[in-house]
Parts: sequence; C-alpha cells; structure tokens
Amino acid sequence: MADIKAPELTGEIITPKVTPGASKGIMPFKAKPELMEKVNFPAEKPSNWKELFLKKMEEILKKYRSVRVFLDECVRCGACTDKCHYFLSTGDPRNMPVHRQELMRSVYRKYFTTGGKLLGNLAGARELSDELLEEWLTYFYQCSECRRCSVFCPYGIDTAEITMAAREILDATGIGSKYNLEIINKAETIGNNLGMPGPALRNTLDFVEEEIEEKTGVPVKLPLDVEGADILLVTPSADFFAEPHVLSLEGYAKVFHQAGVNWTISSHASEGGNFGMFIGNYDHMKTINKRIWDAARDLKVKRVIAGECGHAWRVLYSFSNTLNGPFDFLDSQYRQPSHICEYTLDLIKKGAIKLDKAANDEFSVTFHDSCNVARASRMGETPGDQMTIPREIINACCNKFVDMADDTIGERTFCCGGGGGVLTDEMIDIRVKGAMPRMQALKRVKDSHDVNFFALICAICKAQFTKIFPIYGIEMEEVGGVHQLISNSIQLGAKEGV
Amino acid sequence: MATLDVEGKSYEVDEEGYLMDWQEWTEGVAGAMAKEDGLDLSAEHWNVIKFLRSYFEKYQIAPMIKILTKELAKEYGKEKGNTKYLYELYPAGPAKQACRYAGLPKPTGCV
Repeated sequence: MADIKAPELTGEIITPKVTPGASKGIMPFKAKPELMEKVNFPAEKPSNWKELFLKKMEEILKKYRSVRVFLDECVRCGACTDKCHYFLSTGDPRNMPVHRQELMRSVYRKYFTTGGKLLGNLAGARELSDELLEEWLTYFYQCSECRRCSVFCPYGIDTAEITMAAREILDATGIGSKYNLEIINKAETIGNNLGMPGPALRNTLDFVEEEIEEKTGVPVKLPLDVEGADILLVTPSADFFAEPHVLSLEGYAKVFHQAGVNWTISSHASEGGNFGMFIGNYDHMKTINKRIWDAARDLKVKRVIAGECGHAWRVLYSFSNTLNGPFDFLDSQYRQPSHICEYTLDLIKKGAIKLDKAANDEFSVTFHDSCNVARASRMGETPGDQMTIPREIINACCNKFVDMADDTIGERTFCCGGGGGVLTDEMIDIRVKGAMPRMQALKRVKDSHDVNFFALICAICKAQFTKIFPIYGIEMEEVGGVHQLISNSIQLGAKEGV
Repeated sequence: MATLDVEGKSYEVDEEGYLMDWQEWTEGVAGAMAKEDGLDLSAEHWNVIKFLRSYFEKYQIAPMIKILTKELAKEYGKEKGNTKYLYELYPAGPAKQACRYAGLPKPTGCV
C-alpha cells in the first residue's frame, strides 16, 4: 500500500492506450462463510454453483425488464468507451462500459438466447467457468455504479444496473464482498454502517455539542431519539466518526438551532447510507430503508431530512416509496424526504439564517457533484436543481467559488473513484487511479484560481478524497463538506425566525 | 485463517492483520504488530492504544478521531492533541493502524 503512486497531475484527461489485463487482480476481499450466512447468502460457492448462478440470473431477467433490455439493445457504437474513470486511468479494456457489460451479455447469449445456444462462441456466447467468475468479481467491483457512461449512451444503457445485477448473482452464488456485506450486517443489526451502538452515539453527540459550545459559546444541541420532534435527520454514520464529516454535522446542528426547530437523530436509523443498493439486493435495501421509515413513524416527526450522503439520497429520493411505501404519514406541506441542502437554502432565502461570507475568505472553493445526487436524483423544483442548490449555498457563504471544467461537473461529473461499494483498503490501487480524471480537473482550478477547499455532499467522496489527496500531493485538510462552510459562516445568536 | 504468533501463542487475524477477537489482545500482540511494520512502540504510542481500548470496552466501538485527539490534548498537552501528531505516531492513520495495534476491529462504512 505504501508504494501506491498517483498518476501525474497535468490538468489533462487523455484517453489512454488500451492495455488488456492492466487492472486484473484488483478485487475485493471475499466474505467468509459466517458473514455470508448472516446476510442470507450461501456460505460459499457450492459444487452446483452454475445452477444457482443461472437461476438468479433468470429471476433478474424476469423481474427487472431493464436489465434484459440493456443486454439486448447495445449496438456497440462505442460512445461509452472513453467515459469511465476506471478505463481512463487504467487503460484496461474491461473497464470500458460496453466491455464490462459484455461479461454479462456473453453469458446471457449462451444461456438465454437461441442464437447463443446454437452458435456458441460464434455468436459471442460464453460458458460459465471459474475463470469467468473471477472476471466478474474483478470488473463488476471495478465499477463504482456512477452512471457517467449512461449519460453518453444513445440508448441510455445503465451499466450500474448491470453491475448491481452481477453482484446480486455473485452473492447468490456464494461469492460476496466482505466490505459491503459487513456493512450491511451492521446496518441491519446495530442501525448504522459503523456498528456504533446507541450509547456510543449519544457520547459522540455530547462531544460534538461540547465542541460547538467551546468554539462559539452557544449551546447548540444534537438531540437523540426525541419523540415528537419536527424533523428526523438521517445522515451517514461517518458524520459521527470521521473528519471532515463531523464538521458538516456541526453545520446541520447549527442550522437547526438557528432556525429554532425541534429536530432529532434516531439511534434506530442512525444511518443514511444503504449498501443494499450497491450489491443490487432488494431485500437488504428494503430492510435498511425500513429502519428510517419506522424511526420517522415511532418518533412522530413531521418530516425527514437527509444529510450529506450521495447514495442515501438516491435511495430515499428514488426508491423509498416503492420499497416501504410513501412517507404519507408525515406532514404533507413539506417535500418528503428533503435534502439538507434544500432545507438550508430555503432558510437562507427566507433570511432566517445569516451568513458571514468573510468567515470563509481563507478558502477558494470548488464543488464536486456526487454521482448519485447529480445523475440519480433531484432536488428542488426543476431539473438540475440538485446541481444549482449546493452551489447557491456555497455562493451564499463564500466569496470565492469557481467551477471545474464543464465536462467534469453536473450530470457529467466524474466519480471520486471510491463510490458504489469500492471504498475499501484492498481496492486502494484502483481508487487512486480512478480519481485521476477528477484530480486533473481540480488541478486546473487549483492552478487558475488557487482552489484550496474541495466542497462535497457525500460521505464516500469525503472519505475517498481525504485518503487519496495526500497520495496526489495535496493536503487532506482541503477536503470538506458544504455544511462545513455553512458552519464556519453561520451567525448564531438572536433568531430572526423562520 | 491467517495468524499472528506472539510468545508461543497463535492469534487469529483477518486479511489485513486485524485481530479477530479483541478480547484476546495482549500488549505483546501490539508490540508484534508494530514490529512487523518496523515501528517501536513508545510511551506515546501506548497512550493512544490504552485510550482506544478503554473507550472500546465502554462503548463497543472505537472513538471518533476528534474524541481521541481531545483526550490526548487534555492528558498530555495541546501540542499532542491534533490529527497531525496522531499521523506522526501512526503514519498509516489512527483508525487503521492504532486500532489494529489496539486489537480493535477495523472501522467500517464511509470512513
């Protein structure tokens, strides 16, 4: 790990020479049998694994028409080939989205199409083998499900959905990722990805309260499990543990304090993230999401607000309704759920919170759109508000803001390199490489505008960049949250009222 | 299952060298892990390890890094209560290296 080298920062994103097998061998640790069983998957790959594999694949093809359509409709136009950050940084052709999909498409042809059954290899069909399984484990975990390729596909093929289906098939075959499954097990048994029990959470929140009071002199509270609160905040548990995450947590608390609302965190649903999505498993996604739903009902809150977490927002915004039903028991005057950025910007616009921009004058800020927010959900009233709202917040609390190049932001944003269940140490090599396109774009605004604050609204992005910035020769302190900037600049004191 | 051998006893560890059972931990385990990394554990390293273990015993999880740095500042002076100092002691990171020496499981999630 110590000898991981970052690509050179030149400010240019150049399509590399194709090098087959360049990132072969980089794959997640496999979950041990005990862990597999805990999350209801076969303990290990059985001798009849091909049956399990094809049974699950058939089930997915029936259940998710989209996957079958995606497998059928690719015309190999090549529009996606140079759009993936992992291809751009490794040159491995298996990281071209079309070629990644081919790992599943070839099996689909062999077992689910007449042409493939009859003509085999000639029709691009491929038989199941141990070798193919290794390729699946490798390249379906070198996809961060960021969906950038789908933006450029004229047919709208979503590689992330194919990756999720592939991981689901692997799990059903007894092959799972230790990192993802450990987290799912903790979220389902303890209530958060960290595995932080209630008393530890309360101790942590007490500590954050002390920190805020020491720094500001104002007793800002971080309430836990308060029945009858107006707002339930659901945020990634990394906000209770890591830096710079916790600085955004301070920001949310200060916003609620200044708005004068009753809010609460729940120890039952002390996690916004939902790794069930990353492995494409509907049951786990539903179980984890249900904790939020139950907490909202049990605490009798009026609304649910999501903290800075990309995939939490995607699951809450896009899937929660169909997983566990609508939040129709909450107060219908609010958008359910809301994103903390929507909430804060609304208060800023109403003049309910005051910001001192000069407090952030040491920072020249840029904003990195997180994949799951930019491409898989929305905020606000109109399409694209998920891009403009965080920027409006930054501009309201900072004097110096600049965007990175157009083709690297908004719906064309590049992944941090650690999304989609890839944020684990054994994947560090591909994580460092995969960040390259984003880092080149950052390099350009660092050179032109002395950018020294990289603002984020996703816990994975925060953890990933904190880890890889030093490898690229940049201080990890330059990574921060949007609500960290709010926290620096918000004027606590006499309330203007909402 | 990989093992770590210390003073004639074998300890189960995971792929990354974290102890499988935190209760089996001994000071010898921390010393042996550090030795593998080419580190000699000083009194300052031990301060971190001891605080991590006492927090874990109480709360079943490692503390937020800020809780750790604040505790160090309180006990040993302000210049020792910051993340930079922790990284000087544990170059691979307080969570990943200090937790491992302390016999605690690796923190999981988006951290």
